Amino acid sequence: MSKRILIIGATSAIAEAAARQWAARGDALFLVGRKRQKLDDIAADLKVRGAANAGVFEMDATDVAAHAAMLDAAIAGLGGLDVALIAHGTLPDQKACEASVTMTLAEIDNNGLSVVALCTLLGNHFEAQGSGSIAVISSVAGDRGRQSNYVYGAAKGMVTRFLQGLRNRLAKKNVQVLTIKPGFVDTPMTAAFSKGALWAQPADVARGIVAAIDKGRDEVYLPGFWRLIMLVIRHIPEFVFKKLSL
Amino acid sequence: MGVRGAATAWGRLDWPAASAELPFGDRRAALPPVEGSLLAYGNGRSYGDVGLNPGGTLLKMRGLDRFIAFDADSGVLTCEAGVLLADILALVVPRGWFLAVTPGTRFVTVGGAIANDVHGKNHHAAGSFGDHLLSFELLRSDGARLICSREGNSDWFAATIGGLGLTGVVTQATIRLRRIRGTAMGVHNWRYTGLDEFFALNAAAEQAHEYAVAWIDCLAKTPRGVLMAADHGEGDLPAPHGAKRVPVTPPLSLVNGLSLRAFNAAYYGKSWPAESRQHYLPYFYPLDAIHDWNRIYGKPGFYQYQCVVPPAAARDAIGEMLDAIASSGQGSFLAVLKNFGDRPTPGLLSFPMPGTTLALDFPNHGASTLALFERLDAIVRAAGGRLYAAKDARMPGDFFRAAYPQWQDFSRFVDPKFSSGFWRRVMEQA
Repeated sequence: MSKRILIIGATSAIAEAAARQWAARGDALFLVGRKRQKLDDIAADLKVRGAANAGVFEMDATDVAAHAAMLDAAIAGLGGLDVALIAHGTLPDQKACEASVTMTLAEIDNNGLSVVALCTLLGNHFEAQGSGSIAVISSVAGDRGRQSNYVYGAAKGMVTRFLQGLRNRLAKKNVQVLTIKPGFVDTPMTAAFSKGALWAQPADVARGIVAAIDKGRDEVYLPGFWRLIMLVIRHIPEFVFKKLSL
Repeated sequence: MGVRGAATAWGRLDWPAASAELPFGDRRAALPPVEGSLLAYGNGRSYGDVGLNPGGTLLKMRGLDRFIAFDADSGVLTCEAGVLLADILALVVPRGWFLAVTPGTRFVTVGGAIANDVHGKNHHAAGSFGDHLLSFELLRSDGARLICSREGNSDWFAATIGGLGLTGVVTQATIRLRRIRGTAMGVHNWRYTGLDEFFALNAAAEQAHEYAVAWIDCLAKTPRGVLMAADHGEGDLPAPHGAKRVPVTPPLSLVNGLSLRAFNAAYYGKSWPAESRQHYLPYFYPLDAIHDWNRIYGKPGFYQYQCVVPPAAARDAIGEMLDAIASSGQGSFLAVLKNFGDRPTPGLLSFPMPGTTLALDFPNHGASTLALFERLDAIVRAAGGRLYAAKDARMPGDFFRAAYPQWQDFSRFVDPKFSSGFWRRVMEQA
């Protein structure tokens, strides 16, 4: 049966790759992002690929006051809502954040608080509906704070914890809450990094997301080997960990 | 959408690197300001330096992979230039459409197919890729965006088809597809011995079938091979699943006199049903089922030599080339023989012309391989033929300029910021 899917941060590479897979099976999509032109281009592509519908909505996710109107528009555009994928985010310049409280808080706002706000709204909607899936792209970076990107890690850690609680609450209401923890993904967001064997392609990560939603999973590491890597990382004692250059 | 990995050419010869490789993922964006020259790079399936720009900048186009419009009633498709033909097939085949022209691999971009005006097994019936191209947008380094078609900017249209990426960047294109009634192909095979029999069988096959191509065993004393003709059939067959991969590059070529003789004898001798039905994938793209097959030639890489010779000289010239190859002791694993049709080519520098095309792969043995190519060049030149730039890594500049006299007219359309390893080589520019 075709699904009605809201994608926030729809111009991100992983979200676009997931949207293509949904489009190919005829799902209806509603795309939210900051760049109108890019949203329109992606919507046209998804319609060609078979999407039953591909509406667009221009919004900055940190504009919390706009969230309710966005959700109303999505529900109206799709004729209801089955799945919400939250995929927006930025990769902060850790060094620059250390020198700027404003930048640090802005990154926490974008990668953490805006997601908490959206999940609150979506959680209430799906709870009242008695069905639905909330899938959120968190990160392996949220599993432990590291010197190289702890601002990002703190925001993603907040998202991961928030989703744990939300899942606990909504599990009784037939609502899926999925935490997605990608490792390194070869996207425009990470264009500046040199890529090694641990790097995954957006289409592969997207396949994992689509499958995890279909299967009603709670938490996925993508690719799966990150579960093992993070198990090790999480269990290194702090007195050792603090001396590492991670 | 990934942009990982340094640009390479399919022949795996040792080319100097580009000074920079920049992703180009937004068709509405301006070209990046760079020092030196630019060239668009698609999926790296050209064999030599036609898609490389040693010392200059490559714009990696695979990020431009969005569809723009598709009319399932008329079969007209518009997409960005980095879309692979494989992506188009995945989209349109279930809706009853097929590429009007496809080369022997589906892992090429639309931009690359235009830049090399690629052809397929139906050239005698359908012409080349450019014949089914309705329009495209050409982005020039001065920021101009030219919408090119047979009706508007037709001179730019003709220059860019087969224009080797030198006229600017194609950002998006509109192509016309052809109807099919299923994934099945009706395939006919004939063994032949001697070139006369090939030409006779092939002439008849071209009359009756949309697709026709022949494999040739170039090590046999008397040339022999198998002519394969086909048409789209009715109904669906299951797609073969699971591609294999050549996992590593051996230090030496696995293709050598011994393995080749054994392969050719076995291939010729295997059962060739006179008539069969086959899914379109193994028919059109047998090698796409083996990822990285180019690694079998080992670390030194390989050359492909593809020429076309005009009809009057074809029989004798092909015979002379086969003799030259046999006496050189260097055999070709993948030797393909095909007749081109008579239709005028759509591009100024398009490769196809009326006549017969012979395509051969040779492991890179250095000087001895290059010496063989000089002998083959002499035969092709005397016959009034030419070589295919998309496959070339070594043709002399004077041969290119003599065989493609339109190059002078074409030069007017070359973007001043654009160049390639191939172009500097055949123009003998530093």
